[in-house]
Amino acid sequence: MSVLIFIDIAEGKIKKASFEAASYGAEIAQQLGTSASAIVLGKSDELSTLGNYGISKVYNLSNESLHHFDAQVFTKLIADANETIGANVFVFSNTTTGKSIAPRLSVRLKAGLVSGAVDLPDTTNGFVVKKSVFSGKAFAHIAINSEIKIIALNPNSISVIKTEGVAEIVDLNLEIPTAKIAVQAVNKIIGDVPLSEADIVVSGGRGLKGPENWGIVTDLAKLLGAATACSRPVSDIHWRPHHEHVGQTGLAIAPNLYIAIGISGAIQHLAGVNRSKTIVVINKDPEAPFFKAADYGIVGDAFEVVPKMIDAIKKLKESV
Amino acid sequence: MELYLQSISVLNYFRNKIYKNNYLIMKILICISKTPDTTSKIAFTDNNSKFSTDGVQWIINPYDEWYALVRAIEIKEAYPSTVLHLVNVGGVESEPIIRKALALGGEEAIRVNSDVADSFYVASQIAHIAKEGYYDLIFTGKETIDYNGSSIGGMIAEFLDIPFISHAVKFDISDGNALVVREIEGGEEIDSAPFPLVVSCQKGMAEQRIPNMKGIMGSRTKPLKVVEPIEISPLTSVVSFDLPPAKAGVKLVSADHPEELVRLLNEEAKAI
Ligand SMILES: Cc1cc2nc3c(=O)[nH]c(=O)nc-3n(C[C@H](O)[C@H](O)[C@H](O)COP(=O)(O)OP(=O)(O)OC[C@H]3O[C@@H](n4cnc5c(N)ncnc54)[C@H](O)[C@@H]3O)c2cc1C
Ligand SMILES: Nc1ncnc2c1ncn2[C@@H]1O[C@H](COP(=O)(O)O)[C@@H](O)[C@H]1O
Repeated sequence: MSVLIFIDIAEGKIKKASFEAASYGAEIAQQLGTSASAIVLGKSDELSTLGNYGISKVYNLSNESLHHFDAQVFTKLIADANETIGANVFVFSNTTTGKSIAPRLSVRLKAGLVSGAVDLPDTTNGFVVKKSVFSGKAFAHIAINSEIKIIALNPNSISVIKTEGVAEIVDLNLEIPTAKIAVQAVNKIIGDVPLSEADIVVSGGRGLKGPENWGIVTDLAKLLGAATACSRPVSDIHWRPHHEHVGQTGLAIAPNLYIAIGISGAIQHLAGVNRSKTIVVINKDPEAPFFKAADYGIVGDAFEVVPKMIDAIKKLKESV
Repeated sequence: MELYLQSISVLNYFRNKIYKNNYLIMKILICISKTPDTTSKIAFTDNNSKFSTDGVQWIINPYDEWYALVRAIEIKEAYPSTVLHLVNVGGVESEPIIRKALALGGEEAIRVNSDVADSFYVASQIAHIAKEGYYDLIFTGKETIDYNGSSIGGMIAEFLDIPFISHAVKFDISDGNALVVREIEGGEEIDSAPFPLVVSCQKGMAEQRIPNMKGIMGSRTKPLKVVEPIEISPLTSVVSFDLPPAKAGVKLVSADHPEELVRLLNEEAKAI
């Protein structure tokens, strides 16, 4: 019995969400009185740092062909590797990669899957995982009844525990099947902070009146090292790119800080952002529903308030 | 087995041949789930073990309707010989949403007459239907807006041992292959993959449509087949639900002093 954590890398770098998964998996291992290992498919020289997150062994298959992701190939490799590793709890992060592999592995190993986990499993009576449901409006406690268990952890849900530790790296020797999917290109949105991984998100709504007014949103974001987002109508009318759309039908995010400017706070918008730790609302209408979901707010005109905020933050940054 | 493989390659040969003359015969299966309307009150009954359906309006899961179904309809509009089938795993209470999907442009629907036990169970049922129907393409939504599993598509693909592309924002067919743009964290990836294939769909794939009168009238006579589920044991079960703790209430700062907000965010919330 042991815990195996899938670590996702891009261009050799371990993704932030994977460090969370590692720390989470290590805690589960401790809870179960067993050890936590990681599996990395691809080449990275950051592998030993996983020791600082409670990982004792890193199983690595570093091969050029794994540079491009194919869920079918990855699933088979993980299942094959596990024939010798023998883990019975698997941890993924609930990202586009995790969401592609975890369900496949669930079928392959007949292992119950809980995706969107937000807390450590309760193992006092069975194995019960708390997950986010109804787009963040509620939680469900799901029992995994199969021998092997798979959890996909929502990014930004747990606090990472750092320890002193060195992970032993074990090279895997596995036959790599041919990928059916051919990745033709990966286009990164350059210069911007990816929305799904951002600590701070500054978001604008229809209250900003037009795309030409977005300067206050992007300036504030740049100053805070934040990602930018928007409400659905804003992306529907092409004021902003569709990948910025957050909410029930857009991206669901859980940053540390979410600043909503000129957004009314419709229930479908809240569904994508209500897991944020701190919510700030700037809206000229005191009756805007968003204030009910906010931690801090200013009732006022965004075009006057936001530039003043920007000045105050600049001052704050200069003073430290 | 060999004969089977041979017939598959003959089929692929013909598919390409036929495609080149601009006739693509493609069977698409669209997975349709039923979810509470996005404005529904979220409450629980039976000791917090069941979602309270009191006064809940049911809709087609938005990702299934707006993106998966409409994109499939567009493919049929471009290649009229395409066949569009819908599948739902659910009780008789799913029929209104299935009829709506037929009114939008589905041609035939299959309802697997069963309660939804868990993702593994639902995916097994759909994979079984897909296997029997020899579909080239299976569309699902990115996720259901109630369970937020985003797992059914990948599970179906593994049952069928075929590729799965998640979070698709664009889907096209080129030289007999699927050309898909999928959203990934911080960007997008362009993939090509052979059929058969499972794709989960999200915003960008298509624009929402409203069923017209002709569609609604026609949907009543379209076939809706009810089949019994195959026997399969779910792997997970719901123990209970709970709601997040209520927020303490908003702390309002005067519009004349945004610097006070900045101070609070820095000192109190420690967020900047
Ligand atoms: C099935 C379904 C799914 C949906 N999914 C989503 C989703 O995923 N995401 C989403 O965002 N929406 C979604 N919606 C739409 C949602 O219901 C709202 O219509 C939408 O969120 C409103 O966007 P908004 O707040 O930008 O615009 P509005 O509702 O027009 O609000 C604009 C706000 O700006 C304020 N304002 C105006 N001028 C100023 C100013 N100068 N300074 C400060 N404030 C100002 C106004 O007081 C108002 O509150 C969905 C709807 C449905 C039916
Ligand atoms: N009961 C169901 N019947 C048919 N399709 C379903 C059902 N549940 C989920 N799906 C499909 O699977 C997708 C992902 O669902 P989920 O994995 O539950 O988030 C949905 O968008 C639907 O396309």
